[in-house]
Amino acid sequence: MSGAEASDWRDEVFAALRAGDIRQVGYVPDAGHARLIDLCHADPAIRAVPLTSEEEGIALAAGAWLGGQRAALLMQSSGVGNCINMLSLTKNCRFPLVILVTMRGEWAEFNPWQVAMGTKTQAALELMDVLVYRAARADEAAETVAAALDIAFNGSLAAAVLFSQRLIGAKRWVK
Amino acid sequence: MTAGSNQTRLDRRAAMRILLAERGELLLVTGLGSTTYDAAAVGDDPRNFYLWGAMGGAAMIGLGLAIARPDRPVLVVTGDGEMLMGLGALATIGLQRPPNLALAVFDNGHYGETGMQPSHTLATASLHGIARACGIEAAEDIGDEAALAGFARRLNSRSETLFARVAIAVDDPPRVLPPRDGVLLKDRFRQATGMARES
Repeated sequence: MSGAEASDWRDEVFAALRAGDIRQVGYVPDAGHARLIDLCHADPAIRAVPLTSEEEGIALAAGAWLGGQRAALLMQSSGVGNCINMLSLTKNCRFPLVILVTMRGEWAEFNPWQVAMGTKTQAALELMDVLVYRAARADEAAETVAAALDIAFNGSLAAAVLFSQRLIGAKRWVK
Repeated sequence: MTAGSNQTRLDRRAAMRILLAERGELLLVTGLGSTTYDAAAVGDDPRNFYLWGAMGGAAMIGLGLAIARPDRPVLVVTGDGEMLMGLGALATIGLQRPPNLALAVFDNGHYGETGMQPSHTLATASLHGIARACGIEAAEDIGDEAALAGFARRLNSRSETLFARVAIAVDDPPRVLPPRDGVLLKDRFRQATGMARES
């Protein structure tokens, strides 16, 4: 992360998670979330839980809430497709839920296999009544996450923030 | 030993009674289908979180709950079919290993809700073997009531993650149906366990 300053948008997103009292973070590894994942693991106040598949995180977050803790999930757009049936748990019980999604397949994508799910990610979330917010610029990422946390935990609702592929940046795909 | 062997098998209702006989502060999550009915048959309790869907999610709900409530023992009781759908959860739990989490899988080798079709455990898959291979060292294969009672006694010790594959007789006892309103189940669970309702 050469050149990364304190104002890196991922640091700001992490600060928003901390301010929102997020105590469990379930994730499937993704390059776009790598810094956020590292920050979660480094913070003793947060239990970072690597998942084998994204739908595990939907159930993890429900269990956390039953136990009085707030959870957030980190995943890539393709992983949203793995969550559909498990989101019936969230919807039926009105569990609060916040998902941060790094987008693939929508902007200068190298791999056409990412496009099929990436172009349907928002629709898939909305199909299960998850509120969807998009962050396309670095200066709006953290405030969008904060807004999603507010609406989810104030209203027992499910909300997702999609970080656009343009925001994540082309350099992320360069070795 | 898989479900297709000559191992003795427990009555599912008796098995649930043994697990909950001295539940104390225990928090219970049940998988959709028969284990939910088994828990209701023992007696409805607001500290039971029954699943009526979300197949494959029971173990992970238990993990999130166990991490959030290290002061309470958490028990997940689910069936072989439900566990098979979420096998990845065993790898995830094996990595976390909260000492207050226990999983008991009632394995009758069949999908009871859908017409008793054989499951993968009937001939080949070993759930306790998979759990152990995922890093859950205290993974047992239980086929009699004494061993199950021993497992139940360890629930309150909160000393390590426990897993029991429980050999269950192929049976379809009368259904005892608990509430199925998800919001009610969630809210009463939180109220009964000291979590202030926030919304």
